[in-house]
Parts: sequence; C-alpha cells; structure tokens
Amino acid sequence: MTTVLDPTSEQAPAARERATRPESLAGLTVGLLDISKPRGNVFLDRVSERLTGLGATVNRYTKPTFTKPAPVDLRHEIATTCDAVIEALAD
Amino acid sequence: MMSSDLPPVPPLPDGLVAVVKRDCPTCELVAPVLSDLHERADLTVITQDDPHFPAEADWVRHDADLALSWHHDIETVPTLLQVSGGVGGQRTVGWSRSEWEQLSGLDGLGRGLPDWRPGCGSLSVDPAHAGELAVRFSGSSLRSRRVELASLEDEWEAMWDRGWSDGLPVVPPTEARVLRMLEGTTRDPSEVVAVVPPSLVECTVEKVAVNAVMAGCAPEHLPVAIAALEAVCTDEFNMHGVLATTMSVGPVLVVNGPVAGRIGMNSGINSLGQGNRANSTIGRALQLVVRNVGGGHPGGVDRATFGSPAKVGFCFAEDEAGSPWTSLAESRGWRADQSTVTVFTGESPRILADERSRTPDSLTRHLAQALQATVSPRMMLGMDAMLVLSPEHMARYADAGWSRDRFMEELSAELTFDGDDLLAGVGGIAAGLPPTAAGQKIPKFRPGGLLVVHSGGPAGLFSAIIGGWANGPRGSDPVTREITP
Repeated sequence: MTTVLDPTSEQAPAARERATRPESLAGLTVGLLDISKPRGNVFLDRVSERLTGLGATVNRYTKPTFTKPAPVDLRHEIATTCDAVIEALAD
Repeated sequence: MMSSDLPPVPPLPDGLVAVVKRDCPTCELVAPVLSDLHERADLTVITQDDPHFPAEADWVRHDADLALSWHHDIETVPTLLQVSGGVGGQRTVGWSRSEWEQLSGLDGLGRGLPDWRPGCGSLSVDPAHAGELAVRFSGSSLRSRRVELASLEDEWEAMWDRGWSDGLPVVPPTEARVLRMLEGTTRDPSEVVAVVPPSLVECTVEKVAVNAVMAGCAPEHLPVAIAALEAVCTDEFNMHGVLATTMSVGPVLVVNGPVAGRIGMNSGINSLGQGNRANSTIGRALQLVVRNVGGGHPGGVDRATFGSPAKVGFCFAEDEAGSPWTSLAESRGWRADQSTVTVFTGESPRILADERSRTPDSLTRHLAQALQATVSPRMMLGMDAMLVLSPEHMARYADAGWSRDRFMEELSAELTFDGDDLLAGVGGIAAGLPPTAAGQKIPKFRPGGLLVVHSGGPAGLFSAIIGGWANGPRGSDPVTREITP
C-alpha cells in the first residue's frame, strides 16, 4: 500500500442546491449580463424584448472585459436587485 | 509551523556522550578509549547498530530507531559531545586525540593510537535510511491529506482515476518524495505562495511541492515553479482568463539569470522541445497546480477550442552567454545577476525559415512579415507576441553590430502598417480594422508588446514565433518574478 499526499485544494465542495425556479417571470426583475463579447448586445436586446413581453422588468449589466470574472461589486448588485439573471456567455 | 505539531525530541543523557557504530573502523579503533572515558568521566555510549558495542553494559545504549541520532543531527561516527539538559553542546567528530582530550578534560587518551582518524557516516544520514527517517520524524509536519492507495491499485491508474493527472503519468507524491522536494527551498512548507484560480484557493509551498513531485521535478527546480506560480497568480497576468479563454494559449515560462545554468536548463539544441528535465517539468508543475489546487480542468473553466502542447507545460531558458544582447529579463528592468522567470501568455511556437538573408535589414523585414500574421494578420495592437531568435539568426545582428534597442526600433518600423490596407472588408475579408483606422499608421504591437529572447541550437536559420493573447487590463500582461531560494 502506498500513501500519497493529496495534491488538490481538499475543498471538495458540498453540492449546492439551485435556487427555486420561478413559476412565472411576470413581475420579476431579470438581469441580463453582457460579458462584452462582440455583438452580445444584439442578442441581449432581443432577449430583453421577449422578457419584457412576458411581463418582466429587465436590468442590463456589462462586465468590463470577458477575459476576467465579473467584479465582486457587480455580482453583488445583480444578486441584490434581480430575481433571476441571464449571462450571455458565448462566442 | 507550530512546534507542537512535531514529535518531541528525545533527550540525550547528560554528561559526556559518544555516538558510534560497530561498522566503522574508527569506532572499533577507539573502543578502548570509550571504556577508559566511561571509567574516568562517566561516558555514555549511543550505539547505532550492534547493541553491545563496544561492550554489553548499562552505559551502552542502543539507538535502535536512530531517533537520537536523527534528532541530534549526528552526521559522523564517532561523535563525542558534551550534553546538558538533554541537548548536545560542544562536539567533535572522528577521532582526534587532542580534541577528545580537550572536550573531556582528560589527558592521556588512546595511548598507542594514531593522533587522528576520520570517522564514518552516521546511519541516520545513510541514503538507504534518510528518506524513511525524515518521514518518520518530520513527516507529521506536512499538512496535506493522506490518501492511501490500495495494494491492488496500480499507482498511476489510481492517481489518474482521482483526476490528478494532465493525461501523462505522474510520480506518486509520497511523504518521502515531498520532504525531499521541500529541501529545494528555504521557505516554510506552510507559507502561502499564491491564491490560485479559478477556484481562488490559497496554495502553500507544500502543495506546490506535491505537484512538483508529480510533474517529475527535482528539488532544485522547486524555486522556479514557486516563482512562476507567484507570477501567473497576479491580476496583471490573469491566470483565470488565460485558463478560461477559448484561445489556444497557456503560460510560457522564460528563465533568465544564474539559476538556469545551475539547475541544468536547456537553452541550446531543442530548447523548446523535450529531453531536458527542468524544461519539461517546471512548466508542467505549474499547470498541475492550476489543475489540482486551482481546480482548472479542460471542459470545466478551461474552455480552449484547441488548447496546445504548451498547456501541458512550456518552459525554457534564454541563451545569455551566447547572445550579444541584453537578456529578456534585463530588457524588463532586471539585473543580469538576478535569476528570474518571465511568464507570457502564448501559443505553441511556429517557425520563420529564412536561409537567404545576409543582412540584418532583410531578416528584419522577413521577421516582420511573419510577426504580422500572429493571431491574425489583420489584427493590430490587441495581442502581444514572443520572438525566439536562434543563434544563426542572431549572428546577422551581431555581425552588423545591432543592439537590442536598434533591432526593436527597426523591427517596430517594419511592423507599422497602413490602416487602409487592413480595414474590415478590404480584400474581400470581413475581419479587419474599424473605419477609424483609415488613413492611419497602425503598429502591430503595443510598446513592450513584443518579447525577444535568444535561444536554440547553433545550427538552423530559423526563428520561433509565439503568438500571444489579449493584452493589457482586458487580458494578460507578461510578468517577471525573481527566483529566490
């Protein structure tokens, strides 16, 4: 038997439960986070129209750069002002 | 390190103590002296092998597990010590009549013996035992979780199954190997080196050592891996973005200064390739830390479209001795006598072949054409690049007396283009510069955005070009860190 040292962070995270899915978007505030990839705004404009049509209030946010995680302040603002968020993470 | 984590140090008996082993001709030689010293000065003998050497007596104690020898740093037998409060004070090694008489305060020791004989190695530093003893007596200082691999498990398969490998075999990080690796640095194993993305986990010197063992590093490579980890885990380098990007880039490590020669790095034939242990394993150790400690896995946060062999590990040294120019590190403000590692976000290298240029001007123009094509020939300013000049290409500049500064100046001029030629849509290609670039002269690289290194074998009229990634605050800046012991 060989004993080795764990090379990992040893932080095997406990499974996190998802937030409860809303029954309907009507009356809710939905955040749209543009990660600053080219033409992401075009896609989000259309998503915004559709969400508004469903009765949701849409807040728009933009990351300073797509290469880095969203700043803590921005994440905090979204978390405290929105009921749901859609992140346009795509090329 | 809390001292309470360590097993207690066993005390030596107070008074005069000699540590010996039978398997040592000098210890055999001085056996009569040991008996004499016991009678006249109440000597206690600690014997490492034969429990009855030099006599079967209550003043002869057997250091069966070598705990006394290990904890009291006995490197040579015989060692004669004055002990007070269980701790050794003044000591002498081997047999020296004058020193033994001085230490014991007695005259007339060892009549008939030669004046001096060297001792032998202590069993506690015998290479056959040293690793095992280090684990037994100091292994508890390591904080990492112990993982037992079952006896029927193949070690390589077991580590692969746990997700610890980049796909290549890894060396099992046993306590003995990790302790040996840690001898490569003076830093405390519990010291935090960096906060490693993407999971933003504090990584200790010990965790770097564990992954360095797995990567195949030797202890002397560890300080380079530590400095490289410090360098990539900065906001400027942005390791999170470098890992996550769809582009095929990874950290490219260039080592400058005296450390490169000291640890046997390759800056000559095949310097960007395989076959040199330091070159092959240091970059890999860094990537294993990002994988295992930071949690960066392909398909997880690592979203690279293609990736590249550079993502296994990419590390080489600059050939400074053979270069007429200042080194990369010097061009970035470091001294030639400082050992540094520079991290650059780069792709795999490609070659520019130029076997015809006989003047620096011709070669410079040709290099500029190749450098324009990095990432996209129509993309300007947004990405950096690294140029690795081979010795035969460098000779064009050396012969003409061009300095690094002259070269950079001339190359920059060749790398400045008419915006009109590169506008979006020009030539039937949709990609290109925005309309605001019309009528402008546009440089390919931002100031400092082209890193030039001298490396490679003595034959071959080629240079290597390593394309970069989004630069500046929106991407990654090259970072240089000093390598300290």
